[in-house]
Amino acid sequence: MQTTLPERRQITARSRTSDKAFKGVVTTGALSAFVVLALIAGYLFVRSTEVFRTFGFDFITTSKWDPGSVDDGRAPQFGVAAMLIGSIIVSTMAMIFALPFVMGTSLFLEYYISRRIRFVLVSILDLMAAIPSIIYGLWGYLVLMPYASQWAASINKYLGWIPIFAVERENFDASPFVASLVLCLMILPIASSVTREVYSRAPQDQITAAYALGASRWGAIRAVVLPFGLSGLVGGMLLGLGRALGETIAVLLTLNLVFAVKFQVLASAGGNVASLIASKFGEAGPLELKALLAAGLVLFVLTLLVNFGASLIVGRAAQSMK
Amino acid sequence: MDGWPMSISLQGIIGRGEFERALNFSVADGEVLAVTGPNGSGKSTVIHTIAGLVPLRSGQLQSDNITWDDPVAKIWVTPEQRTCAVVFQDLRLFPHMNVLSNVAYGLRAHGVTKDEAIERSQKILIRVGLASFEKRRSNDLSGGERQRVALARALVLEPRVLLLDEPLSAVDVASRAALRELLPEVLGGFTGATILVTHDPGDVEALATRSLGLK
Repeated sequence: MQTTLPERRQITARSRTSDKAFKGVVTTGALSAFVVLALIAGYLFVRSTEVFRTFGFDFITTSKWDPGSVDDGRAPQFGVAAMLIGSIIVSTMAMIFALPFVMGTSLFLEYYISRRIRFVLVSILDLMAAIPSIIYGLWGYLVLMPYASQWAASINKYLGWIPIFAVERENFDASPFVASLVLCLMILPIASSVTREVYSRAPQDQITAAYALGASRWGAIRAVVLPFGLSGLVGGMLLGLGRALGETIAVLLTLNLVFAVKFQVLASAGGNVASLIASKFGEAGPLELKALLAAGLVLFVLTLLVNFGASLIVGRAAQSMK
Repeated sequence: MDGWPMSISLQGIIGRGEFERALNFSVADGEVLAVTGPNGSGKSTVIHTIAGLVPLRSGQLQSDNITWDDPVAKIWVTPEQRTCAVVFQDLRLFPHMNVLSNVAYGLRAHGVTKDEAIERSQKILIRVGLASFEKRRSNDLSGGERQRVALARALVLEPRVLLLDEPLSAVDVASRAALRELLPEVLGGFTGATILVTHDPGDVEALATRSLGLK
Protein backbone atom coordinates (compact mmCIF):
# COMPACT_ATOMS: atom_id res chain seq x y z
CA MET A 1 0.00 0.00 0.00
CA GLN A 2 1.40 3.35 -0.99
CA THR A 3 1.15 6.09 1.55
CA THR A 4 1.53 9.76 0.87
CA LEU A 5 2.77 12.07 3.54
CA PRO A 6 0.61 15.11 4.23
CA GLU A 7 2.03 18.41 3.14
CA ARG A 8 4.13 20.04 5.81
CA ARG A 9 2.26 22.86 7.42
CA GLN A 10 3.91 26.15 8.15
CA ILE A 11 3.11 27.39 11.60
CA THR A 12 3.65 31.02 12.38
CA ALA A 13 3.08 32.58 15.77
CA ARG A 14 2.41 36.26 15.41
CA SER A 15 2.50 38.17 18.67
CA ARG A 16 -0.34 40.51 19.47
CA THR A 17 0.39 44.20 19.89
CA SER A 18 -0.34 44.02 23.62
CA ASP A 19 2.16 41.13 23.97
CA LYS A 20 4.77 43.09 22.08
CA ALA A 21 4.22 46.15 24.25
CA PHE A 22 4.42 44.12 27.46
CA LYS A 23 7.59 42.38 26.28
CA GLY A 24 9.08 45.77 25.47
CA VAL A 25 8.29 47.13 28.93
CA VAL A 26 9.73 44.15 30.85
CA THR A 27 12.79 43.98 28.59
CA THR A 28 13.46 47.67 29.13
CA GLY A 29 13.02 47.26 32.87
CA ALA A 30 15.36 44.29 33.01
CA LEU A 31 18.02 45.84 30.80
CA SER A 32 17.98 49.23 32.50
CA ALA A 33 19.52 47.70 35.65
CA PHE A 34 22.39 46.29 33.57
CA VAL A 35 22.77 49.58 31.71
CA VAL A 36 23.00 51.55 34.98
CA LEU A 37 25.53 49.05 36.33
CA ALA A 38 27.59 49.31 33.15
CA LEU A 39 27.42 53.13 33.24
CA ILE A 40 28.64 53.21 36.85
CA ALA A 41 31.47 50.80 36.07
CA GLY A 42 32.34 52.75 32.92
CA TYR A 43 32.37 56.10 34.74
CA LEU A 44 34.56 54.74 37.53
CA PHE A 45 36.90 53.15 35.01
CA VAL A 46 37.26 56.30 32.88
CA ARG A 47 37.80 58.58 35.89
CA SER A 48 40.31 56.13 37.43
CA THR A 49 42.44 55.64 34.34
CA GLU A 50 44.79 58.52 35.14
CA VAL A 51 45.37 57.21 38.68
CA PHE A 52 46.17 53.68 37.47
CA ARG A 53 48.38 55.13 34.72
CA THR A 54 50.28 57.24 37.25
CA PHE A 55 50.59 54.79 40.14
CA GLY A 56 50.15 51.48 38.33
CA PHE A 57 49.69 48.35 40.40
CA ASP A 58 51.14 50.23 43.42
CA PHE A 59 47.71 51.78 43.90
CA ILE A 60 46.46 48.40 45.05
CA THR A 61 49.59 47.11 46.79
CA THR A 62 50.69 50.19 48.78
CA SER A 63 49.01 51.92 51.69
CA LYS A 64 50.21 55.50 51.72
CA TRP A 65 47.55 58.16 51.13
CA ASP A 66 49.13 61.54 50.64
CA PRO A 67 47.71 64.23 48.31
CA GLY A 68 51.18 65.84 48.28
CA SER A 69 52.11 69.46 48.77
CA VAL A 70 53.42 72.12 46.44
CA ASP A 71 54.92 74.03 49.38
CA ASP A 72 57.36 71.35 50.52
CA GLY A 73 57.57 69.61 47.15
CA ARG A 74 55.93 66.35 48.23
CA ALA A 75 54.62 64.33 45.33
CA PRO A 76 51.16 62.82 45.74
CA GLN A 77 51.02 59.13 46.65
CA PHE A 78 47.91 57.01 46.76
CA GLY A 79 47.47 53.36 47.69
CA VAL A 80 44.44 51.46 48.99
CA ALA A 81 46.00 48.20 50.21
CA ALA A 82 45.32 48.96 53.88
CA MET A 83 41.74 50.06 53.21
CA LEU A 84 41.08 47.10 50.93
CA ILE A 85 42.44 44.52 53.35
CA GLY A 86 40.65 46.35 56.18
CA SER A 87 37.35 46.12 54.30
CA ILE A 88 37.82 42.40 53.76
CA ILE A 89 38.78 41.80 57.41
CA VAL A 90 35.88 43.80 58.89
CA SER A 91 33.32 42.30 56.47
CA THR A 92 34.56 38.76 56.98
CA MET A 93 34.42 39.16 60.75
CA ALA A 94 30.90 40.57 60.50
CA MET A 95 29.89 37.52 58.44
CA ILE A 96 31.42 35.14 60.97
CA PHE A 97 29.63 36.87 63.84
CA ALA A 98 26.35 37.02 61.93
CA LEU A 99 26.27 33.43 60.63
CA PRO A 100 25.07 31.67 63.81
CA PHE A 101 22.55 34.45 64.46
CA VAL A 102 21.22 34.31 60.91
CA MET A 103 20.82 30.52 61.07
CA GLY A 104 19.36 30.61 64.58
CA THR A 105 16.95 33.43 63.82
CA SER A 106 15.77 31.83 60.58
CA LEU A 107 15.24 28.38 62.08
CA PHE A 108 13.59 29.78 65.21
CA LEU A 109 11.16 31.92 63.22
CA GLU A 110 10.30 29.13 60.81
CA TYR A 111 10.23 26.01 62.96
CA TYR A 112 9.98 26.84 66.64
CA ILE A 113 7.23 29.42 67.13
CA SER A 114 3.60 29.91 66.27
CA ARG A 115 2.55 31.76 63.12
CA ARG A 116 1.19 34.72 65.09
CA ILE A 117 4.38 35.34 67.09
CA ARG A 118 6.39 34.81 63.91
CA PHE A 119 4.49 37.63 62.23
CA VAL A 120 5.36 40.04 65.06
CA LEU A 121 9.02 39.03 65.21
CA VAL A 122 9.45 39.16 61.42
CA SER A 123 7.99 42.67 61.43
CA ILE A 124 10.50 43.73 64.06
CA LEU A 125 13.33 42.14 62.08
CA ASP A 126 12.22 43.91 58.91
CA LEU A 127 12.13 47.16 60.87
CA MET A 128 15.78 46.61 61.80
CA ALA A 129 16.63 46.63 58.08
CA ALA A 130 14.97 50.03 57.71
CA ILE A 131 17.01 51.72 60.45
CA PRO A 132 19.46 54.21 58.85
CA SER A 133 23.10 53.21 59.14
CA ILE A 134 23.96 56.47 60.93
CA ILE A 135 21.78 55.27 63.82
CA TYR A 136 23.66 51.97 63.95
CA GLY A 137 26.90 53.92 63.81
CA LEU A 138 25.94 56.26 66.65
CA TRP A 139 24.60 53.39 68.76
CA GLY A 140 27.74 51.42 68.05
CA TYR A 141 29.94 54.38 69.00
CA LEU A 142 28.04 55.51 72.11
CA VAL A 143 26.59 52.26 73.53
CA LEU A 144 28.33 49.22 72.08
CA MET A 145 31.90 50.42 71.93
CA PRO A 146 32.48 50.72 75.71
CA TYR A 147 31.28 47.14 76.23
CA ALA A 148 32.94 45.77 73.10
CA SER A 149 36.24 47.32 74.19
CA GLN A 150 36.01 45.39 77.44
CA TRP A 151 35.25 42.18 75.57
CA ALA A 152 38.19 42.87 73.28
CA ALA A 153 40.43 43.42 76.32
CA SER A 154 39.33 40.05 77.72
CA ILE A 155 39.94 38.28 74.42
CA ASN A 156 43.36 39.91 74.23
CA LYS A 157 44.12 38.88 77.82
CA TYR A 158 43.36 35.19 77.28
CA LEU A 159 43.97 34.72 73.57
CA GLY A 160 46.56 37.43 72.97
CA TRP A 161 49.14 34.74 72.09
CA ILE A 162 47.25 34.27 68.80
CA PRO A 163 48.74 36.91 66.44
CA ILE A 164 45.40 38.35 65.27
CA PHE A 165 44.31 38.97 68.89
CA ALA A 166 47.57 40.64 69.88
CA VAL A 167 47.84 44.45 70.20
CA GLU A 168 50.78 46.85 70.25
CA ARG A 169 49.06 49.34 72.58
CA GLU A 170 46.18 48.53 74.90
CA ASN A 171 43.60 50.69 73.17
CA PHE A 172 40.63 48.59 72.10
CA ASP A 173 38.27 51.38 70.99
CA ALA A 174 37.28 51.80 67.33
CA SER A 175 38.84 48.49 66.30
CA PRO A 176 37.83 46.17 63.44
CA PHE A 177 36.25 44.02 66.18
CA VAL A 178 33.88 46.84 67.22
CA ALA A 179 33.07 47.84 63.63
CA SER A 180 32.34 44.24 62.65
CA LEU A 181 29.96 43.83 65.60
CA VAL A 182 27.98 46.84 64.36
CA LEU A 183 28.06 45.49 60.80
CA CYS A 184 26.91 42.12 62.09
CA LEU A 185 23.75 43.74 63.45
CA MET A 186 23.23 45.62 60.21
CA ILE A 187 23.42 42.57 57.95
CA LEU A 188 21.33 40.36 60.25
CA PRO A 189 17.87 41.45 58.99
CA ILE A 190 18.52 41.10 55.27
CA ALA A 191 20.49 37.86 55.60
CA SER A 192 17.87 36.34 57.95
CA SER A 193 15.04 37.38 55.69
CA VAL A 194 16.47 35.59 52.65
CA THR A 195 17.57 32.54 54.64
CA ARG A 196 14.20 32.19 56.41
CA GLU A 197 12.37 32.39 53.10
CA VAL A 198 14.41 29.52 51.67
CA TYR A 199 14.19 27.46 54.89
CA SER A 200 10.40 27.81 54.73
CA ARG A 201 10.41 26.09 51.34
CA ALA A 202 12.23 22.99 52.59
CA PRO A 203 10.31 19.93 51.32
CA GLN A 204 7.74 19.06 53.96
CA ASP A 205 7.49 15.46 52.76
CA GLN A 206 11.18 14.89 53.45
CA ILE A 207 10.83 16.47 56.88
CA THR A 208 7.98 14.08 57.74
CA ALA A 209 10.06 11.21 56.31
CA ALA A 210 12.85 12.16 58.70
CA TYR A 211 10.37 12.18 61.60
CA ALA A 212 9.00 8.81 60.51
CA LEU A 213 12.54 7.41 60.55
CA GLY A 214 13.00 8.51 64.13
CA ALA A 215 14.51 11.96 63.78
CA SER A 216 13.90 14.64 66.37
CA ARG A 217 12.98 18.12 65.15
CA TRP A 218 16.63 19.13 65.19
CA GLY A 219 17.50 15.88 63.41
CA ALA A 220 14.97 16.61 60.65
CA ILE A 221 16.24 20.18 60.34
CA ARG A 222 19.82 18.96 60.08
CA ALA A 223 19.00 16.30 57.51
CA VAL A 224 16.57 18.22 55.33
CA VAL A 225 16.26 21.94 56.05
CA LEU A 226 19.94 22.86 56.39
CA PRO A 227 21.14 21.09 53.21
CA PHE A 228 18.12 22.34 51.29
CA GLY A 229 18.57 25.88 52.59
CA LEU A 230 22.32 26.08 52.03
CA SER A 231 21.95 28.08 48.84
CA GLY A 232 19.57 30.48 50.62
CA LEU A 233 21.96 30.87 53.53
CA VAL A 234 24.88 31.62 51.19
CA GLY A 235 22.69 33.98 49.17
CA GLY A 236 21.51 35.79 52.31
CA MET A 237 25.01 36.06 53.69
CA LEU A 238 26.17 37.39 50.32
CA LEU A 239 23.62 40.14 50.37
CA GLY A 240 24.87 40.90 53.86
CA LEU A 241 28.46 40.88 52.65
CA GLY A 242 27.51 43.31 49.91
CA ARG A 243 26.13 45.65 52.52
CA ALA A 244 29.11 45.11 54.83
CA LEU A 245 31.68 45.81 52.11
CA GLY A 246 29.93 48.97 51.03
CA GLU A 247 28.93 50.28 54.45
CA THR A 248 30.32 53.72 55.04
CA ILE A 249 29.07 55.86 57.88
CA ALA A 250 28.59 53.20 60.59
CA VAL A 251 32.13 51.96 60.00
CA LEU A 252 33.50 55.50 59.85
CA LEU A 253 32.09 56.14 63.34
CA THR A 254 33.28 52.90 64.90
CA LEU A 255 36.63 52.28 63.21
CA ASN A 256 39.86 54.22 63.49
CA LEU A 257 41.09 54.51 59.89
CA VAL A 258 44.83 53.93 59.69
CA PHE A 259 46.79 53.80 56.44
CA ALA A 260 48.79 50.70 57.27
CA VAL A 261 47.97 47.05 56.69
CA LYS A 262 46.94 45.63 60.08
CA PHE A 263 45.82 42.13 60.87
CA GLN A 264 45.36 42.74 64.59
CA VAL A 265 41.58 42.84 64.81
CA LEU A 266 41.38 44.08 68.42
CA ALA A 267 43.69 47.05 67.94
CA SER A 268 42.31 50.53 67.43
CA ALA A 269 43.36 50.63 63.78
CA GLY A 270 41.78 49.38 60.62
CA GLY A 271 40.72 50.20 57.14
CA ASN A 272 37.63 50.45 54.99
CA VAL A 273 37.45 51.62 51.39
CA ALA A 274 33.95 53.11 51.60
CA SER A 275 34.78 55.01 54.79
CA LEU A 276 37.98 56.27 53.20
CA ILE A 277 35.99 57.73 50.31
CA ALA A 278 33.47 59.34 52.67
CA SER A 279 36.14 60.82 54.94
CA LYS A 280 38.32 62.29 52.17
CA PHE A 281 35.71 63.25 49.57
CA GLY A 282 34.83 66.70 50.96
CA GLU A 283 38.29 68.20 50.85
CA ALA A 284 39.85 66.23 47.98
CA GLY A 285 41.68 67.99 45.17
CA PRO A 286 41.27 66.91 41.51
CA LEU A 287 43.86 64.09 41.60
CA GLU A 288 42.79 62.84 45.03
CA LEU A 289 39.19 62.79 43.82
CA LYS A 290 40.24 60.54 40.95
CA ALA A 291 42.14 58.37 43.42
CA LEU A 292 38.96 58.07 45.50
CA LEU A 293 36.99 57.05 42.40
CA ALA A 294 39.71 54.49 41.64
CA ALA A 295 39.27 53.16 45.18
CA GLY A 296 35.56 52.91 44.45
CA LEU A 297 36.36 50.92 41.30
CA VAL A 298 38.53 48.51 43.29
CA LEU A 299 35.69 48.01 45.79
CA PHE A 300 33.26 47.53 42.90
CA VAL A 301 35.43 44.83 41.32
CA LEU A 302 35.97 43.14 44.70
CA THR A 303 32.21 42.98 45.30
CA LEU A 304 31.63 41.57 41.82
CA LEU A 305 34.29 38.89 42.35
CA VAL A 306 32.83 37.89 45.71
CA ASN A 307 29.33 37.68 44.25
CA PHE A 308 30.55 35.69 41.26
CA GLY A 309 32.40 33.22 43.47
CA ALA A 310 29.44 32.81 45.76
CA SER A 311 27.06 32.31 42.83
CA LEU A 312 29.20 29.36 41.81
CA ILE A 313 28.94 27.92 45.32
CA VAL A 314 25.16 28.45 45.39
CA GLY A 315 24.80 26.82 41.97
CA ARG A 316 26.72 23.74 43.04
CA ALA A 317 24.77 23.47 46.31
CA ALA A 318 21.45 23.79 44.49
CA GLN A 319 22.54 21.14 42.00
CA SER A 320 23.29 18.63 44.75
CA MET A 321 19.77 19.04 46.17
CA LYS A 322 18.05 18.23 42.88
CA MET B 1 -8.89 -12.52 69.11
CA ASP B 2 -8.12 -12.46 72.85
CA GLY B 3 -4.76 -13.91 73.73
CA TRP B 4 -3.39 -13.34 70.22
CA PRO B 5 -0.15 -11.32 70.44
CA MET B 6 -1.13 -8.06 68.78
CA SER B 7 1.68 -6.01 67.34
CA ILE B 8 -0.58 -3.10 66.38
CA SER B 9 -4.24 -2.34 66.95
CA LEU B 10 -6.27 0.68 65.94
CA GLN B 11 -9.78 1.29 67.18
CA GLY B 12 -11.20 4.74 66.56
CA ILE B 13 -11.62 7.50 64.03
CA ILE B 14 -8.84 8.58 61.73
CA GLY B 15 -9.08 11.77 59.71
CA ARG B 16 -7.35 14.56 57.87
CA GLY B 17 -9.03 17.88 57.09
CA GLU B 18 -12.69 17.26 56.33
CA PHE B 19 -12.17 13.53 55.88
CA GLU B 20 -13.00 11.10 58.70
CA ARG B 21 -13.31 7.31 58.91
CA ALA B 22 -13.99 4.86 61.71
CA LEU B 23 -11.64 1.86 61.83
CA ASN B 24 -11.13 -1.19 63.98
CA PHE B 25 -8.39 -3.62 63.19
CA SER B 26 -5.42 -5.42 64.64
CA VAL B 27 -2.36 -6.95 63.03
CA ALA B 28 -0.30 -9.67 64.64
CA ASP B 29 3.40 -10.43 64.30
CA GLY B 30 4.18 -12.09 60.99
CA GLU B 31 0.92 -10.94 59.42
CA VAL B 32 0.71 -8.74 56.32
CA LEU B 33 -2.55 -6.81 56.32
CA ALA B 34 -3.43 -5.28 52.97
CA VAL B 35 -5.51 -2.11 53.27
CA THR B 36 -7.30 -1.65 49.98
CA GLY B 37 -9.76 0.85 48.60
CA PRO B 38 -10.24 3.55 46.00
CA ASN B 39 -8.51 6.96 46.00
CA GLY B 40 -9.69 9.14 48.87
CA SER B 41 -10.80 6.23 51.04
CA GLY B 42 -8.16 7.03 53.67
CA LYS B 43 -5.60 4.31 52.98
CA SER B 44 -2.59 6.57 53.33
CA THR B 45 -4.15 8.28 56.35
CA VAL B 46 -4.07 4.89 58.12
CA ILE B 47 -0.31 4.71 57.56
CA HIS B 48 0.26 8.33 58.59
CA THR B 49 -1.86 7.92 61.73
CA ILE B 50 0.07 4.85 62.86
CA ALA B 51 3.39 6.57 62.08
CA GLY B 52 2.33 9.56 64.19
CA LEU B 53 2.32 12.02 61.33
CA VAL B 54 -1.44 12.57 61.71
CA PRO B 55 -3.18 12.41 65.10
CA LEU B 56 -6.08 10.08 65.80
CA ARG B 57 -9.44 11.92 66.01
CA SER B 58 -10.79 9.60 68.71
CA GLY B 59 -10.21 6.08 70.00
CA GLN B 60 -6.96 4.34 70.67
CA LEU B 61 -3.86 3.22 68.83
CA GLN B 62 -1.74 0.61 70.57
CA SER B 63 1.36 -1.36 69.79
CA ASP B 64 2.39 -4.32 71.96
CA ASN B 65 -0.14 -3.08 74.53
CA ILE B 66 1.54 0.31 74.73
CA THR B 67 -0.75 3.20 73.81
CA TRP B 68 0.71 5.41 71.08
CA ASP B 69 -2.27 7.72 70.61
CA ASP B 70 -5.35 8.29 72.73
CA PRO B 71 -6.86 11.79 72.45
CA VAL B 72 -9.22 11.31 75.42
CA ALA B 73 -6.50 10.12 77.78
CA LYS B 74 -4.16 12.75 76.23
CA ILE B 75 -1.55 10.13 75.39
CA TRP B 76 0.69 10.85 72.42
CA VAL B 77 3.88 9.07 71.54
CA THR B 78 5.95 11.14 69.13
CA PRO B 79 6.81 9.67 65.69
CA GLU B 80 10.46 9.16 66.58
CA GLN B 81 9.51 7.10 69.67
CA ARG B 82 7.20 4.73 67.79
CA THR B 83 8.69 1.38 66.86
CA CYS B 84 7.42 1.52 63.31
CA ALA B 85 8.96 2.38 59.96
CA VAL B 86 7.34 3.72 56.80
CA VAL B 87 7.96 3.23 53.12
CA PHE B 88 6.16 6.21 51.61
CA GLN B 89 4.32 6.12 48.33
CA ASP B 90 6.61 8.82 46.93
CA LEU B 91 9.62 7.23 48.71
CA ARG B 92 10.96 10.54 50.09
CA LEU B 93 14.63 9.61 49.86
CA PHE B 94 17.06 12.36 50.78
CA PRO B 95 18.43 13.60 47.44
CA HIS B 96 21.67 15.01 48.81
CA MET B 97 22.68 11.75 50.52
CA ASN B 98 24.06 8.62 48.93
CA VAL B 99 22.31 5.26 49.26
CA LEU B 100 24.26 4.17 52.32
CA SER B 101 23.60 7.47 54.15
CA ASN B 102 19.91 7.27 53.30
CA VAL B 103 19.67 3.79 54.78
CA ALA B 104 21.81 4.58 57.81
CA TYR B 105 19.93 7.82 58.55
CA GLY B 106 17.21 6.27 60.72
CA LEU B 107 19.72 4.30 62.76
CA ARG B 108 21.84 7.39 63.39
CA ALA B 109 18.67 9.29 64.35
CA HIS B 110 18.00 6.58 66.93
CA GLY B 111 21.46 7.05 68.42
CA VAL B 112 23.19 4.03 66.87
CA THR B 113 26.94 4.57 66.49
CA LYS B 114 28.22 5.43 63.04
CA ASP B 115 30.19 2.19 62.59
CA GLU B 116 27.28 0.01 63.64
CA ALA B 117 24.84 1.98 61.48
CA ILE B 118 27.08 1.52 58.44
CA GLU B 119 27.55 -2.18 59.12
CA ARG B 120 23.82 -2.82 59.54
CA SER B 121 22.98 -0.70 56.48
CA GLN B 122 25.48 -2.61 54.35
CA LYS B 123 23.89 -5.91 55.43
CA ILE B 124 20.38 -4.76 54.56
CA LEU B 125 21.55 -3.41 51.20
CA ILE B 126 22.89 -6.87 50.38
CA ARG B 127 19.45 -8.29 51.29
CA VAL B 128 17.65 -5.99 48.89
CA GLY B 129 20.20 -6.52 46.14
CA LEU B 130 21.89 -3.11 46.24
CA ALA B 131 25.27 -4.02 47.67
CA SER B 132 27.19 -2.22 44.94
CA PHE B 133 25.03 0.94 45.06
CA GLU B 134 26.25 2.35 48.39
CA LYS B 135 27.93 5.44 47.01
CA ARG B 136 25.32 6.29 44.40
CA ARG B 137 23.08 9.30 44.90
CA SER B 138 19.40 8.39 45.19
CA ASN B 139 18.63 10.54 42.16
CA ASP B 140 20.94 8.44 40.02
CA LEU B 141 18.90 5.28 40.63
CA SER B 142 16.04 3.77 38.67
CA GLY B 143 12.53 3.68 40.13
CA GLY B 144 12.91 0.07 41.21
CA GLU B 145 16.29 0.71 42.81
CA ARG B 146 14.94 3.72 44.67
CA GLN B 147 12.08 1.58 45.93
CA ARG B 148 14.57 -0.95 47.27
CA VAL B 149 16.49 1.79 49.06
CA ALA B 150 13.26 3.00 50.68
CA LEU B 151 12.50 -0.55 51.77
CA ALA B 152 16.02 -1.03 53.14
CA ARG B 153 15.78 2.29 54.97
CA ALA B 154 12.66 1.06 56.78
CA LEU B 155 13.77 -2.53 57.41
CA VAL B 156 17.18 -1.59 58.81
CA LEU B 157 15.41 -0.06 61.81
CA GLU B 158 14.07 -3.52 62.73
CA PRO B 159 10.65 -2.05 63.49
CA ARG B 160 7.81 -3.86 65.23
CA VAL B 161 5.42 -2.51 62.59
CA LEU B 162 6.33 -2.01 58.93
CA LEU B 163 4.09 0.39 57.02
CA LEU B 164 4.16 0.14 53.23
CA ASP B 165 2.24 2.85 51.39
CA GLU B 166 1.61 1.73 47.79
CA PRO B 167 5.14 0.28 47.57
CA LEU B 168 4.83 -0.76 43.93
CA SER B 169 2.94 2.19 42.51
CA ALA B 170 5.95 4.33 41.57
CA VAL B 171 7.81 1.75 39.48
CA ASP B 172 7.58 0.53 35.90
CA VAL B 173 6.11 -2.84 34.97
CA ALA B 174 9.45 -4.67 34.83
CA SER B 175 10.60 -3.32 38.21
CA ARG B 176 7.20 -4.10 39.69
CA ALA B 177 7.53 -7.76 38.76
CA ALA B 178 11.03 -7.90 40.25
CA LEU B 179 9.87 -6.20 43.45
CA ARG B 180 6.89 -8.53 43.76
CA GLU B 181 9.38 -11.36 43.85
CA LEU B 182 11.71 -9.58 46.24
CA LEU B 183 9.14 -8.31 48.73
CA PRO B 184 7.82 -11.69 49.96
CA GLU B 185 11.43 -12.83 50.33
CA VAL B 186 12.35 -9.76 52.38
CA LEU B 187 9.12 -9.70 54.36
CA GLY B 188 9.54 -13.43 55.04
CA GLY B 189 12.46 -12.59 57.28
CA PHE B 190 10.56 -9.79 59.01
CA THR B 191 9.08 -10.85 62.33
CA GLY B 192 6.85 -7.85 63.05
CA ALA B 193 3.46 -6.81 61.69
CA THR B 194 3.17 -5.34 58.21
CA ILE B 195 0.47 -3.04 56.91
CA LEU B 196 0.42 -2.75 53.15
CA VAL B 197 -1.65 -0.03 51.53
CA THR B 198 -2.48 -0.79 47.92
CA HIS B 199 -5.18 -0.51 45.29
CA ASP B 200 -3.75 -3.33 43.20
CA PRO B 201 -5.40 -6.76 43.73
CA GLY B 202 -2.18 -8.31 42.39
CA ASP B 203 -0.23 -6.89 45.33
CA VAL B 204 -2.79 -8.26 47.77
CA GLU B 205 -2.57 -11.70 46.26
CA ALA B 206 1.22 -11.72 46.09
CA LEU B 207 2.05 -10.14 49.44
CA ALA B 208 -0.82 -10.10 51.96
CA THR B 209 -2.00 -12.68 54.45
CA ARG B 210 -5.38 -10.92 54.80
CA SER B 211 -6.99 -7.71 53.66
CA LEU B 212 -9.13 -4.86 54.89
CA GLY B 213 -11.24 -3.07 52.33
CA LEU B 214 -12.05 0.63 52.75
CA LYS B 215 -14.92 1.98 50.71
